[in-house]
Amino acid sequence: MVFGRSEPGEPPLVTTKILIAGGFGVGKTTMVGSISEIRPLRTEEPLTDRGVGVDDVSGVERKSTTTVAMDFGRITLTDRLVLYLFGTPGQERFWFMWDELALGALGAVVIADTRRLTDSFPSIDYFERRGTPFVVAVNCFDGAERHRAEDIAIALDLDPGVPVLLCDVRQRESSKEVLISLVEHVLSWSETEPGPAGAAAPAG
Amino acid sequence: MMSRSRDQWFDREAGPLVRPYAMTQGRTRPSGESFDLIAVVAATGEPPGDRLRYSPEHQWILRRCGTPVSVVDLASDVGLPLGVVRVVLGDLRDEGLIRVVATIDRSSERPNLGVLREVLDGLRAL
Repeated sequence: MVFGRSEPGEPPLVTTKILIAGGFGVGKTTMVGSISEIRPLRTEEPLTDRGVGVDDVSGVERKSTTTVAMDFGRITLTDRLVLYLFGTPGQERFWFMWDELALGALGAVVIADTRRLTDSFPSIDYFERRGTPFVVAVNCFDGAERHRAEDIAIALDLDPGVPVLLCDVRQRESSKEVLISLVEHVLSWSETEPGPAGAAAPAG
Repeated sequence: MMSRSRDQWFDREAGPLVRPYAMTQGRTRPSGESFDLIAVVAATGEPPGDRLRYSPEHQWILRRCGTPVSVVDLASDVGLPLGVVRVVLGDLRDEGLIRVVATIDRSSERPNLGVLREVLDGLRAL
């Protein structure tokens, strides 16, 4: 979360972000697109040091950088508050980018597909380990068998209190409800968990 | 300058004529502290004089910083990879031409409650 330093006469711009995670092809890009202005972003990441241990670079040893195309969306909430949505890179070789994306994130949405529930395990593990609050949004594809949210929570071995929502990420209203549920979850989580000193609310 | 067409996206990835780091003399990290993805940068208003000898990219980016802009929006607007944009921003900061006006509070992993409530209200009003 980003706080502007106050400038006399102009309201500081405040930016914040939510991560949209989940397995490959589960609907991350669709969700970002249904609720926000979607924008292209490219990064060139050096593979030489940061890739060691996480990247399988066999066969591409001489390649020193890799281009990663990421989706990000922007929702202008007020004239001074902008929310960014970042779709996490799906391929395993881009795991190293997650730490930067997660730093300062308000929370995360893990999109799950009941036909391939195990695909969402890496994302769930990551946010649990990192202590990032998240909700699981079960994308109900056409023809996908409907399951009860409680059953999915058990199948995913979620900690009690992690919300599981059934949604259709193609629908703007549905994506909006998922984001609202996440922020409500983060609020209740922030109010109950002891926070560090100095996290004061901004004036106004 | 960045086409939204997928074909063009692939073209760029397939082989740019100038490798991105040619613009930065091979540097992949900015001098000094890096720029967070959602940090907000703005021009200081300092006249550039002859300090913009580096490249047209420095001039585009400085011009775009005339109004406060986040680092990701800037990279998307100018159509350059994030890493290149960060190096250029580092040069401009070194010359006193831009500054970071807002960035992540690294001292706190805990979201700010006031901002959370504002985000919630904003989402409900969409």
